[in-house]
Amino acid sequence: MIRFEQVSVRYEGAGRPTLSGIDLTIPEGELVLAVGPSGVGKSTLLGAVSGLVPHFTGGVLTGRVMVDGRDTRTHKPRELADLVGTVGQDPLAHFVTDTVEDELAYGMESLGLAPDVMRRRVEETLDLLGLAELRDRPIATLSGGQRQRVAIGSVLTPHPRVLVLDEPTSALDPAAAEDVLAVLQRLVHDLGTTVLMAEHRLERVVQYADQVLLLPAPGAAPVMGAPADIMALSPVRPPVVALGRLVGWDPLPLSVRDARRRAVDLRERLAGVEPPAREDPADAVVAPLPERAAARPGLLGRLLGRRNGAAPAPAPVQDAVTRVEGLGVRHGRVQALRGVTLTVTPGETVALMGRNGAGKSTLLSALVGMTAPSTGSVLVGGLHPSRTSPGDMVRRVGLVPQEPRDLLYADTVAAECAAADSDAAAPAGSCRALVTELLPGVPDDVHPRDLSEGQRLALALALVLTARPPLLLLDEPTRGLDYAAKARLVGVLRRLAGAGHAIVLATHDVELAAELAHRVVILADGEVVADGPARQVVVSSPAFAPQTAKILAPREWLTVSQVRKALEGLA
Amino acid sequence: MTRTTGPARLPPALRAPGATRGNALPAGAWWLWALGLATAASRTTNPLLLGLLVGVAGYVVAARRTDAPWARSYGAFIKLGLAVVAVRLVFSVFLGSSVPGTQTLFTLPEVPLPGWAQGVRIGGRVTAEQVVFALYEGAKLATLLICIGAANSLANPARLLKSLPGALYEVGVAVVVAMTFAPNMVADVARLRTARRLRGRPTGGIRAVLQIGLPVLEGALERSVSVAASMDARGYGRTAQVPPAVRRTTHVLTLGGLLGVCAGTYGLLAAQGAVHGLPLLLAGLAAALAGIRLGGRRSVRTRYRPDRWGVRAWLVAASGAAVAAAMIWAGAVAPEALRPGVVPLTAPVLPLWPAAAVLIGLLPAAVAPLPPSLSDSKERT
Repeated sequence: MIRFEQVSVRYEGAGRPTLSGIDLTIPEGELVLAVGPSGVGKSTLLGAVSGLVPHFTGGVLTGRVMVDGRDTRTHKPRELADLVGTVGQDPLAHFVTDTVEDELAYGMESLGLAPDVMRRRVEETLDLLGLAELRDRPIATLSGGQRQRVAIGSVLTPHPRVLVLDEPTSALDPAAAEDVLAVLQRLVHDLGTTVLMAEHRLERVVQYADQVLLLPAPGAAPVMGAPADIMALSPVRPPVVALGRLVGWDPLPLSVRDARRRAVDLRERLAGVEPPAREDPADAVVAPLPERAAARPGLLGRLLGRRNGAAPAPAPVQDAVTRVEGLGVRHGRVQALRGVTLTVTPGETVALMGRNGAGKSTLLSALVGMTAPSTGSVLVGGLHPSRTSPGDMVRRVGLVPQEPRDLLYADTVAAECAAADSDAAAPAGSCRALVTELLPGVPDDVHPRDLSEGQRLALALALVLTARPPLLLLDEPTRGLDYAAKARLVGVLRRLAGAGHAIVLATHDVELAAELAHRVVILADGEVVADGPARQVVVSSPAFAPQTAKILAPREWLTVSQVRKALEGLA
Repeated sequence: MTRTTGPARLPPALRAPGATRGNALPAGAWWLWALGLATAASRTTNPLLLGLLVGVAGYVVAARRTDAPWARSYGAFIKLGLAVVAVRLVFSVFLGSSVPGTQTLFTLPEVPLPGWAQGVRIGGRVTAEQVVFALYEGAKLATLLICIGAANSLANPARLLKSLPGALYEVGVAVVVAMTFAPNMVADVARLRTARRLRGRPTGGIRAVLQIGLPVLEGALERSVSVAASMDARGYGRTAQVPPAVRRTTHVLTLGGLLGVCAGTYGLLAAQGAVHGLPLLLAGLAAALAGIRLGGRRSVRTRYRPDRWGVRAWLVAASGAAVAAAMIWAGAVAPEALRPGVVPLTAPVLPLWPAAAVLIGLLPAAVAPLPPSLSDSKERT
């Protein structure tokens, strides 16, 4: 169906080709998963199938890509539109029209299908993807999972024989991801569609793949084969595979179900060992920066008679970093949060989980003071965040937003660091020291945009930490990170927690929560529905349990590294 | 669940149905209705009739608008109307007016101007007649704007563009995409303001605007590139093969038609050529339309569920036309009722028949399908 013949792609200004010497054939009706560390050219490979590389992205493609006998060199993307459906990483950037139904029809309109055919296919697709109730809704009002389904639906209606998806589940909560994957599987099984997708969250998708295409390193030759074989040599692997490799199962299990059948033995071996309790939060307390000199009010401020706020409250008792009581937040008519009560102590790591739109981001923004509470109270370091000036707030709480790029303004890393020092009134060089620690080997003159996803996250984290906030918030930090970058992040956050930072993570990534969190708080519909030690909350929930916990249930093992230590202890 | 409102007593068959995609009113019907009201407004300066027109438009908007972002534009248009009245008044007071008046309200100090600026006056006597005249004229313009605002908030702009002929389709898509950008940019600004706060910088002030502006533009540019890629990958701009003869005919017709339109308009405006002007204009228009229609053959696209002109759509459009026709007729029969005297000042009276005719414009509030948000809330009460 798809054939790559000696394909190399080189972008302008790049030192080396992004892809080189790719030779592979993807047969019809297969679900092929492209895996590999970030920056190996997965997106470029996917783009080459739809012709967007190089027709739209620029760069030079040598060799030949054939899709169902059509050569992408001579066929522009629009001439492949009836054959290949493409959904990129960001569904919002995919939509052309404003309502769900029009969006589903758009591709067919462009191809000039007859009106009755269009009508029938739109109805079929609405049913197939469970979108019937949303048909008249404006796309802007949909949740992440719904958007992803609409994006997939919009490329399905012209009945393409090939579907190309770039990270279709990364932004979704576990349940929404299951929905999307179930749809893909149905397409492959019932319609014989060929699906090529790239995904970092292997634990979600690897069990559905017929074949895995591994791009081991930039410029290295790709390897394609059965999922179990490829996983045995892949540098990126989900926990279930990691556990299988640790215990030496052969063939490797890919799904929790396979692994559970194999794990009878392992469960017996571990029966005598008590799963380690998460070590208690460290005692350390973050030393605050010296108070900044009271700034003279600006000219405008003096004219308006503004005073430099009352002197900040005397240093509060350091028992809790933040105290949220009965917090309610309304956005217009929507009650985003209702009666949320939460206390975080120094050194504690709390994972905030729940489906898309449950209120996680709203809670974080209330903690930094972007959203004022409509009822209840929020205290961070003894102050009301929404009534405190940003300059004072950065020393008490830092948030790394979902898109770390938002925090970056300057042209170089050095300029960014200098700005952070002056924003936080920290001694010069303190931010640069943090960058060196978190992100070794990044020169001063790099443009932040040229950093990889993981490096950008580390830079944003360094900027936020410059003000030494005792409370650190991260919104969906692992989106777009590969396993290696994620492991580095886990290490960094562990060290910060050890130094006394309280950390609150809003995340869909159950594996991350299992690795890091002392406590898990689950939000649903703006209310706290579960709050307790990570082990108990996570293991008892089918949606939020990490793979290791599912395999070894009912015992409360959360991560592969815990099992590894236990086995080493036994040996 | 008993209903006590007026329409509730109607037999169910006559009640307006809830709006769905299938029975949605074409955007064109709303525009015809609103343009009818606007035409009526342009025929009168009677403040009572103008007020009635604004009331009619406002009632229909309140009864039939949706939750969509464009539906909130009505308030903006009312403010714009008020601003127009205010500006008209200010100009009249400070720059004087050609209306002769006897009842002086107050006198402003007059700025002496050199001889070459004769006929221009700054400051001076302000008469009641001149103020009232400016108010009437301003109110007329404001009513026109408010009628346009009503159409704007009732009709989905994307659907209006969809009814463009095939050859102009690509322009329409460009506009629709541009419209979806505005809300995205607003969201970007909110996100970047949050980010500024996170860096410990104030979120207001000129420096904040400058520092946020660049990333917002950058984001918009990036998004437009990715939307363009997505559109291309989904078949935007596919063209059908048409015989060269058809292509050439299209060019000749379109170009020739446009030339004809230009020449015809010139003929009509110039004093002598009026005889040839009109036929030339009509012929040019016909040729240009034929060219556009033929040009549509190059595009392969089809339309998904175009809006249908049903009885309700015709009623809505016709009610606007009826208001316009009645007002034009009244203007011919009894012009003094539509243009209350300014010199000497008289109190305007409400002419009975034109006022009754304006009320026909309320018809859409009864016949147009109820938008879902409104029908839900009515079911609940």
